[in-house]
Amino acid sequence: MSGLSRRRTANAVMNVLAGSAAFVVILPLVLVLAFLIYQGGTSLNLDFFTRLPKPVGEPGGGMANAIVGTLILIALACGLGLPVGILGGLYLAESRDRRIPWVVRFLADVLNGVPSIVIGIFAYTLVVRPMRHFSALAGGVALGVIMVPIVLRTTEEIVRLVPASLREAGLALGLPQWKVTVRVVLTTARAGIITGVMVAIARIAGETAPLLFTAFGNRFGYHGLDQPIAALALQIFAYAISPFDDWHRQAWAGALVLISMVFLVSLAARLATSGLQRQTRR
Amino acid sequence: MADGISVAGLNAWFGENHVLRNISLRVPANGVTAVIGPSGCGKSTFIRCINRMHEVVPGARVEGQILLNGENLYGPGVDPVLIRRRIGMVFQKPNPFPTMSVWDNVAAGLRLGGVRDRAVLADSVERALRHAALWDEVKDDLDKSGMSLSGGQQQRLCIGRALAVQPEVLLMDEPCSALDPIATAKIEELILDLKKELTIVIVTHNMQQAARVSEWAGFFLMGELVEVGVTKELFTTPHDKRTEDYITGRFG
Repeated sequence: MSGLSRRRTANAVMNVLAGSAAFVVILPLVLVLAFLIYQGGTSLNLDFFTRLPKPVGEPGGGMANAIVGTLILIALACGLGLPVGILGGLYLAESRDRRIPWVVRFLADVLNGVPSIVIGIFAYTLVVRPMRHFSALAGGVALGVIMVPIVLRTTEEIVRLVPASLREAGLALGLPQWKVTVRVVLTTARAGIITGVMVAIARIAGETAPLLFTAFGNRFGYHGLDQPIAALALQIFAYAISPFDDWHRQAWAGALVLISMVFLVSLAARLATSGLQRQTRR
Repeated sequence: MADGISVAGLNAWFGENHVLRNISLRVPANGVTAVIGPSGCGKSTFIRCINRMHEVVPGARVEGQILLNGENLYGPGVDPVLIRRRIGMVFQKPNPFPTMSVWDNVAAGLRLGGVRDRAVLADSVERALRHAALWDEVKDDLDKSGMSLSGGQQQRLCIGRALAVQPEVLLMDEPCSALDPIATAKIEELILDLKKELTIVIVTHNMQQAARVSEWAGFFLMGELVEVGVTKELFTTPHDKRTEDYITGRFG
């Protein structure tokens, strides 16, 4: 009897501990979100989404340029980073060779740990210096490089989870290896890969440091991929360190928009992948 | 024309491990040949050599000759992909493609093999599913996921998927070991039906099953083919002491 009651107590204690740990995990997110809504919610209006920034002293204006800029930068980064990340991850998971994948995996993990400002310097040297001016392209390259190791490693992990029996089923049907890889393995892994891509997008959406000397930011609309481009993160940075109260409020609103974008992307990914899984289970 | 499969001097390795030793036997066409023996005796490796799936495993190696209707499957310049279209395979655990519907699963071999014509595909899918004795159960659920079927249905789906590409030979690697007795009975019935048009090689742990479905049987032990012959004779009057010990349940 005493053994049973002791187990019950232990169970209750562990439940409370695990429950509070889970609470601590979501607490910062809830607090940050609440604070952003409190500080920035009032500055959010239609103008914020549709207007360009006003000069100092003039009230109003918005961050339309920065919102569009962030979306363009994300698209550029995906265009550059996803093919490399996904195909590379597929190679790591499917290759029979041991040495080369080991080296690639190790270097990808190192790259994942490189401070993003260093990647910014890399993109500066690679794109900005030869072009002789800041550009959206340079920002996209910097963010794309940050995406590669994240997408690479998640793709590898997910593709490894695809059971060998499915590859064998494909091969036994008389399909060539590449078709089995693309049509069976990749299709089976797609839900997980999409999740990985969304995580990578959420990560780069908020990157500021690598954009400082690549995308640079601008206060006007979009002028082409070879021109400086605005980004929410940059605009928040510039407004937050300014001495103007009005700009501070706009910075809070920008932060709220940025975090909402990340939140929506994550949510969309969740819904999309759970949809795929339901389809499989049905 | 069809004179079946003849294996001569077949050896197979996993790395340094010599798992099949000098196997020679004939698999007559349009019949069922059972491969029996204890776990790890090389039965699965043997049938995986027939459709050249053995070599897919890293470090695996094959030597020797396998003729299908006189043509050497291990001859120079022979493409294993084309061999596998002629020699289908069903695995131990049902393995439908999880992201594909019932219909897509059956159509997969043809479709990914380049067949585009919807009507041709629809015909082939229906024929394959009827052949696999699954059509009546799934004809209204062709859009459902293959994973939604029961285990026995999934295995028949996999048989249908293999049949859709119209192979000459069907290899079955313990196709019933994950199934209940009713599903097993259905598959055995199906095997008896399929042998009219196909050459079937079935690996089984279940000697009653071998007795029920096969005309010929080979007994493998530790990588060697101990005895091969007419199933009935192998079970009633085995020539080798080891065969007798195995079928009377003295080991394995």
